[in-house]
Amino acid sequence: MMKNHAISVLVNDQPGVLQRVAGLFGRRGFNIESITVGQSEEEGLSRMVIVTQGDDKTLEQIEKQLYKLIDVIKVVNLSSRPMVGRELALIKVKSEPSERPEIMGVVETFRAAVVDIGTSSMIVQVVGDTEKIDAMIELLSPYGIKELSRTGVTAMIRGNA
Amino acid sequence: MSAQIPEVRSTEQLREKWMKPEVISGSEILLRSLLLEGVECVFGYPGGAVLYIYDALYGFTDFHHLLTRHEQGAIHAADGYARASGKVGVCIATSGPGATNTVTGIATAYMDSVPLVVITGNVVSSLIGTDAFQEADITGITMPITKHSYLVRNVEDLPRVIHEAFHIANTGRKGPVLIDIPKDVSAAKTMFEPVQNVHLRGYQPTVKPNRIQLDKLAAAIQESERPVILAGGGVVYAGAHEALLEFVNITQIPITTTLLGLGGFPSGHELWMGMPGMHGTVTANRSIQEADLLINLGARFDDRVTGKLDGFAPLAKIAHIDIDPAEIGKNVNTDIPIVGDVKNVLELLIPLVARAGKADAWREKVVKSSQENPFKYKDSDTVLKPQWVIELLNETTEGQAIVTTDVGQHQMWAAQYYKFNQPRSWITSGGLGTMGFGFPSAIGAQMADPDRLVISINGDGGMQMCAQELAICAINNIPVKVVVINNQVLGMVRQWQELIYENRYSFIDLAGSPDFVKLAEAYGVKGLRATNKAEARQAWQEALDTPGPVLVEFVVERGENVYPMVTQGSTIDQMLLGED
Repeated sequence: MMKNHAISVLVNDQPGVLQRVAGLFGRRGFNIESITVGQSEEEGLSRMVIVTQGDDKTLEQIEKQLYKLIDVIKVVNLSSRPMVGRELALIKVKSEPSERPEIMGVVETFRAAVVDIGTSSMIVQVVGDTEKIDAMIELLSPYGIKELSRTGVTAMIRGNA
Repeated sequence: MSAQIPEVRSTEQLREKWMKPEVISGSEILLRSLLLEGVECVFGYPGGAVLYIYDALYGFTDFHHLLTRHEQGAIHAADGYARASGKVGVCIATSGPGATNTVTGIATAYMDSVPLVVITGNVVSSLIGTDAFQEADITGITMPITKHSYLVRNVEDLPRVIHEAFHIANTGRKGPVLIDIPKDVSAAKTMFEPVQNVHLRGYQPTVKPNRIQLDKLAAAIQESERPVILAGGGVVYAGAHEALLEFVNITQIPITTTLLGLGGFPSGHELWMGMPGMHGTVTANRSIQEADLLINLGARFDDRVTGKLDGFAPLAKIAHIDIDPAEIGKNVNTDIPIVGDVKNVLELLIPLVARAGKADAWREKVVKSSQENPFKYKDSDTVLKPQWVIELLNETTEGQAIVTTDVGQHQMWAAQYYKFNQPRSWITSGGLGTMGFGFPSAIGAQMADPDRLVISINGDGGMQMCAQELAICAINNIPVKVVVINNQVLGMVRQWQELIYENRYSFIDLAGSPDFVKLAEAYGVKGLRATNKAEARQAWQEALDTPGPVLVEFVVERGENVYPMVTQGSTIDQMLLGED
């Protein structure tokens, strides 16, 4: 069954490591929905969180192929356990002064924030799981979205694990 | 027959000299590090970005450097050296075109899990990324076809990088590692301190198998009524041939060896069924399809072996033993997965198994089938048949030579008709199917084993892809016996066009090829030609009796096809058997 998986990949913070990982996905026909990369808890290591789609067999291959890269230290399929997944989106939405209160209402309901206001637009910042951000975008669409930038999901397993 | 290659062996005295901590250049660090890794021979071609390295090589005698005539020749030679010796093959090329010329050879080694360390120069660090003269992003280009790669930014890193590269190349599932060294790094000086430990957190190959899975396999063998062993290149690379023979002798399970597994099991053994797959034996293919237990030892279920995947070994429980966990379950669903070195696995398995007692009828059936279904061809007294030529080579050398091949029909005939009895005797590009590989890889094999007879079997197509390396054989008196099976056509393509594309022969005619005898002579290599059996016997004997390199051209039947043949999209028991 095809489904979305978030995979956490702990890698050496080396030049070219993103190219190695992304290239592996590309040439083996694995899909990348989103990828985030940043510092990890240990100096010299970065953590990537990759959201990918595939059945169990594909996922097993992804994990095994990732482990073949010398710069990959650890691979964890986050979706196999209870996890927290979050992404951030900046949405530049058209807003004439008269529309602002209405948009602010939507923003507050979502516990999002307005981080910039221009003469005919504003930037909304929203943090949450993918569904929440999708919903926010849908609600703001009628006003006219001029620009949208999403970080992609970063994620962690809940609890002490 | 011995090559005129002076012996180079690392002695304790030399090691002491090389290990001495001194301020030396990156180039000298490279040479010393190679020596400390046990390198005896490198294949290379100089150029601008490796001038410092070649300057350090000036007057250097602690290992051989063989100057090929093309970087592709160098990398294939390094590959042949590695396959024949089991050691890491080393190749040096300059930046840009020098580096990109090694790409086909790197991919060839990657597909067949051959340990190589490829050293390329690059432009000076400050020019990287500026499209400088002879600049190419070779680490980027080769990322999908290397096991790992390094771009060395600081000369201080060189000893560690080189040591890691050799470790990665020759452990776990073996493969090529590339080290890209910018010109300023090979020039810069630093204190050389040899590195002897490797610490790679992300690289710890599993070599010891899981005991529970071994027990499961042992039980499956006792239960099985129709077991088959499918042994691949992993047996050869792990040095597991003796353990495999013992395992087969105890369990009495019929065995088939893949193209890369040839030599991993003695071909004279009663239970050996030959090669499976597209041009495999009737017995091997039918037995796999009827088996109730298929034990894969170090093969990767390549599509040329499995044919149509959906319908491969449909009745069998599958046990898959591989050093690379990613191969298990990749193509074929596995019931008993065992990750580990094939030799380790077999040695632990042997005490757990006995004769497969329920398989007596099956064993008899398989042996009978092997006797009733040998490879066959219609011989002729007027024209030379390529299969007959391979039989001639086999008989006169008693299956004792190292045989390298190029790719195509001659490769399949060599695999079918040359009877191997020892590992590392058969060198062929199986995974990538690289034309131009056959001849230079033989040069490397001969360097690895100067006293052994090395025969390079080529078609007239592939011979023209790396023929320039005849110069190396002549200059260094490397006594490779170069065989050209000349059918004046790209035979395997012709065969497919005949059988599948309804005789539409598109661009396969090699008319206009050089006179191969004169070509050899132009390089200073003895050339001989044979067009019938008498000439063939005589020319080949003369080649064997000649101490140096010889090229023998066998002019053969143009329209001969390789049979059996499983066409694409068919299961492997659906074979075209050719005319009787």
